[in-house]
Amino acid sequence: MATETSATARGADSASAVELRVASKSPAADGVVALTLARADGGRLPDWAPGAHIDLVLPNGMTRQYSLCGDRWDARAYRIGVLREPDGRGGSAFVHDELDAGDVVAVGGPRNNFRLAPAERYLFIAGGIGITPLLPMIVQADMLGVEWRLLYGGRTRSSMAFLDELAVHGDRVTIVPQDEGGVLDVAAWLPEDLDGAKVYCCGPKGLLDAVEAHCAGLPAGTLRTERFLAADTGPRTGDHAFDVELRRSGRTVTVGPDRSLLQALGEAGLHVLSSCRQGVCGTCETTVLDGVPDHRDSLLDDAERAAGDCMFVCVSRSVGPRLVLDL
Amino acid sequence: MNPTGTPSAPVSLDLDPFAPEALQDPLPMQAALRDAGPVVHLERYDVYALARYEHVHTALTDWQSLQSGAGVGLANFRYEEPWRPPSLLLEADPPLHDAPRAVLSGILGPRSLRRLRETWSANAEELVDQVTAEPSFDAVTALAQAFPLRVFPDAVGLGRDGRENLLPYGDHAFNAFGPPNDLVAKGALRVAELSAWVNAQCARDKLTPGGFGARIWDAADAGDITHAQAPLIVRSLLTAGVDTTVHALAAMIYAFAAHPAQWERLRGDPGLARIAFDEAVRWESPVQTFFRTATGDLSIAGSLVPDGKKVLMFLGAANRDPRRWTAPDAFDLARDPSAHVGFGMGIHQCVGQHVARLEAEALVTALARRVRRIGLAGEPVRHLNNTLRAWSSMPVRIELA
Repeated sequence: MATETSATARGADSASAVELRVASKSPAADGVVALTLARADGGRLPDWAPGAHIDLVLPNGMTRQYSLCGDRWDARAYRIGVLREPDGRGGSAFVHDELDAGDVVAVGGPRNNFRLAPAERYLFIAGGIGITPLLPMIVQADMLGVEWRLLYGGRTRSSMAFLDELAVHGDRVTIVPQDEGGVLDVAAWLPEDLDGAKVYCCGPKGLLDAVEAHCAGLPAGTLRTERFLAADTGPRTGDHAFDVELRRSGRTVTVGPDRSLLQALGEAGLHVLSSCRQGVCGTCETTVLDGVPDHRDSLLDDAERAAGDCMFVCVSRSVGPRLVLDL
Repeated sequence: MNPTGTPSAPVSLDLDPFAPEALQDPLPMQAALRDAGPVVHLERYDVYALARYEHVHTALTDWQSLQSGAGVGLANFRYEEPWRPPSLLLEADPPLHDAPRAVLSGILGPRSLRRLRETWSANAEELVDQVTAEPSFDAVTALAQAFPLRVFPDAVGLGRDGRENLLPYGDHAFNAFGPPNDLVAKGALRVAELSAWVNAQCARDKLTPGGFGARIWDAADAGDITHAQAPLIVRSLLTAGVDTTVHALAAMIYAFAAHPAQWERLRGDPGLARIAFDEAVRWESPVQTFFRTATGDLSIAGSLVPDGKKVLMFLGAANRDPRRWTAPDAFDLARDPSAHVGFGMGIHQCVGQHVARLEAEALVTALARRVRRIGLAGEPVRHLNNTLRAWSSMPVRIELA
């Protein structure tokens, strides 16, 4: 049967391409749920690559980052794995207890600080929910025919997510539940000779510290880590209305919750050049003079986001009631 | 969409988009293609043409169904040997495409280019001062070619010698995306010599520290790409970064020379320079066409495109589709040209678009400051290329401000 490549050109003009529906929610292990997110109209989602994460803005106003762990060849769904953080501030508990299939969440990104760079060999190390960004990396390593191995630790076997998906890889995967085998012995597992290899590690602080200590002194770029932080990732809000003062034109425009900033500017007769309308290409970069942008693009790194001096008006919004732009 | 779910064969036409008449003036053929249906089978080449905005946009973004790795020209790398090692960017799909693209996006991104703005503006002022010392000149050679050749090779970090090879190399590379016609045969005479020169410039020791080229090699040191990939990524800059910008700048100057009221408007509001460039890219579409290859039996708007068949996307036709644009044939600075597909769309969208915009902004701003009127002083002459819409000469007359 032929695959239908359906029209999504309209999607580029939709007011809020970042509102996604929870298409399904299922347990992935004790204390871990997997969510599948999709557009209400079933359209394409912004592209991503292994290592990418999205910002999830929950209906209770909290924002959390989750690695994408689905299939990038399926353009219409994102999958994330969410661990219930017993000591968290309620974000993950909300996902576990309140969020249901059919609910709508706002999503920023995807952004990627953990890209899969070419290597002759990959050594993947995961602790707990840190397995999520590594799952699509493993798929791609296989696809490229690059040799890889995975060391995966967790509290107990039943708390370790996605073991079923990893089972097909046989002895390339070493599973070490702490109650059976103790903490991961990274030094023993990593080969002596790491020439041409890249080590990708994601997990709790203790694991990352151990791997970093072991890999100190290796050539630049050999070790790549992503730290999973339970902390709120900074100001992010839902789609509330806000005012934008355009300092150069001496005007103020109100952006309603159902409009992108780019659209509101266009309707006020001020066309800001844009292209992808997904926060990917960078064409609509605008200087921020005052106020705090609610970044939802895929371009800025954490430092640039924190600096808050520029934003991409096609997807990003305002944290507070007012922004001042150099327009 | 086909409600029955069973795709049917599309309309078939016997027309040649690469014939000299079509390259000279593609607009009538594009209109015919758009009106014939969402998908048109081109018998001569056994390819499937898309000319409406909606379907071109969809095809560009759907890299899963329409691959680039089998080549973005007519040649199908599943069955044919490419004329040079395939580009790691243009002619690659995920996952192979990811790392080269990420590296180049960073190097050519808007925030990395800020440091070039002042230098390029000063260069543009200087060039415009020199050129406008005469009341008439050829805008193609004196401005559209001269400016990129003045600033871009420096930004890449190329040596002084041999830069004249860049234009003929790019011209051949873009011809080679089409069928093996006379244009390709003409370029083939020098292809060995030009390729050898271009390949030699991609070596690390040929590139000035701090330039785009050296930063690609730095990314290899950082482990983000391999050292074997670095020269091929530099080659992408040299292939795709010159001719395209030259023809886009020529398109913009032509648009203004032919539309004096729009020139007035720009002079009254120089902030429109960026809009003007993208409107020119929409209006003329310097890159007219690219191919993709179906990764399986595919249904596009209910029409069957069989696995492995080439899909020819008419970017120029999409950018003038009346289904998407009001008065598409008008060059109009009041329009918002955003989301045109002149730079492509999706994961292969032109990674150098910000470089081109910065060059254009510098040049047209300098020109607007110095020149009160610009008009055609004779009939401009098209340069024919299988992929590019180009001018070989454009005599203009100016009045200084």
